[in-house]
Amino acid sequence: MAKLGPAQYSPYPVAVYEGVLNPPPGKALLFNDIVDEETAMREAAKAMLTRENATIFPGPQVLYAWNEEAKKKAKLIKEMAEVLNAKIIPMYDYRPKYPKIDPDIEINPNHPNLTIWHNKIKACIFIGVHCHYANVALKIIRSETDCFTIAMCSMAGHEDAMITVRDQHSEDLEKFIEIAKEVKKELGLA
Amino acid sequence: MSPIANKESKEQKNRAGQKIVSPDYLLFEAPREKHFMTGSEAVKEAVKRATVDASVSYPITPQSEAAHLIGELWAEGYVGVYFRGENEFGVMSEVAGCSIAGARTITTTSGPGTLRAMENFPMWSGTRAAMQLVLMARGINAPLTIQPDNLEVSFLLDTGCMIWYAENVQELFDMILAGFVVAEQPDVHVPVITAVDGFFVSHTREAIYLPPDDIALPPYDPYKAPMPAIDAEVPPGRFLRDPFVMKSNYISYATHASWQFEVRAAIERSRPYAKHYLKGLTEEFGDKDAEIVFVACGTAASQAKEAVRVLEAEEGIKAKVVKLKTIRPFPYEELLEATKNAKYIFVPEFNVVGWLEREVRRALYKKSDAEIIGTPRVAGGMTMPKEAIVKEVLEIIPARR
Repeated sequence: MAKLGPAQYSPYPVAVYEGVLNPPPGKALLFNDIVDEETAMREAAKAMLTRENATIFPGPQVLYAWNEEAKKKAKLIKEMAEVLNAKIIPMYDYRPKYPKIDPDIEINPNHPNLTIWHNKIKACIFIGVHCHYANVALKIIRSETDCFTIAMCSMAGHEDAMITVRDQHSEDLEKFIEIAKEVKKELGLA
Repeated sequence: MSPIANKESKEQKNRAGQKIVSPDYLLFEAPREKHFMTGSEAVKEAVKRATVDASVSYPITPQSEAAHLIGELWAEGYVGVYFRGENEFGVMSEVAGCSIAGARTITTTSGPGTLRAMENFPMWSGTRAAMQLVLMARGINAPLTIQPDNLEVSFLLDTGCMIWYAENVQELFDMILAGFVVAEQPDVHVPVITAVDGFFVSHTREAIYLPPDDIALPPYDPYKAPMPAIDAEVPPGRFLRDPFVMKSNYISYATHASWQFEVRAAIERSRPYAKHYLKGLTEEFGDKDAEIVFVACGTAASQAKEAVRVLEAEEGIKAKVVKLKTIRPFPYEELLEATKNAKYIFVPEFNVVGWLEREVRRALYKKSDAEIIGTPRVAGGMTMPKEAIVKEVLEIIPARR
């Protein structure tokens, strides 16, 4: 994520057009800087713990028990939400919905801004959302809202998020939860 | 159990019984043997080592043999599914179905068939289908041309597909294998169109070095795709990939805009992978500091290399060739660096419109003081002898000085 706000005449900024690519394996992206994963995780935890209405958006890859890793991750996400004092609003379906979504209980990649506006969400984590839909949503969120976006991706990451960590499997989520507990203690919120 | 036996027991094999090896081993490390074959036969050899799941063809005369040869691979057990489409539009739709259902898919086409299927190419990229099209360019024209000409590439430039351009039979073989690897990266995952000049490459025998045919690429993993594969049984695949065309009245304009940018962003993300597997997005030949530079792709680059030799040997003029291996993504930085000393940039092309000249002008606009000269340009099946390139240089440059 190179900078906030629209790029050129497009309402939807694209970080790669600003020269920002996904981090290499083992590293993370903090705005437009490649940093150690732990640094990014600490900043992500801080953003979630200090911004209003922090919310986790879990996607189909962790919402449905289609493999053992998904089940394990789902449990860890519940734990993560407790540590971060965050709400959970699922992105359970990628199809556009007619006439509109219910922003209290769901987020949709085709108009993610509606859920963020409605709930006044100032920080969020995308996790378990298929990469294309995460990218489409992150571009819209970046332009339409002032929400701090964090993407925890099991693949190569999302450069349109303000923080992205890549190759995140259940052991990495466990590590993030431990870091979040430390940050929470440091902030005097524990 | 001995370490060796343990190693062997971990060996994975594909449906054809080939040993699965890493892309780096297959492309860079495996021993290679010299062969002599056409571009079409090189396509077959690449597909044979690519653990391909599906291929659809519509070979009409005068076609290259490539699609037919992939059919032979199916008969031999190397390709999972192979059938003939109703026409080119049918083929390009059917391969999309195979690909988004989770199959590693390849097809071939050329010339007018490409345009008949045109609606499908942006659909491929929009549905993030990581398939491969080998385009043996032969031009678009009435009366029908069956000669080498790459006009159709200009129509494909902004379809959201990666476009790579092979110069010869060897490069075509290597690019097909690398194409699957790069296109299937989860953060890329758009189709790759591997173009070559028809007839000059598809029908001409050349020396080629091939790795053994008992090793192959790892299979495609559709569960790493950026959209769920079509799989009615296993969530989250049950969501399918709703084509937006069916629900365009239900979604925001925001989504359409963001979606299109995302597809183009995906092409940009392919740069580091393509640099690795193609050993750079460009290749240079000749005097690195030369003021005369030929920017070309495909066999125009081969001819330009011959012209560089002649200019040096017979005229004492130093020149160089910058061959573009990828057109999408366009190698902006590499081209700028390679032409930093250039005073004259010639863009030789096998088409009537000069699409590569336009690309070069756009890339260098306000970044280079060199004069960009869109010549020589031949079309409709004409050849481009090295003498024609040399003649252009000898006529144009003295007039400029």
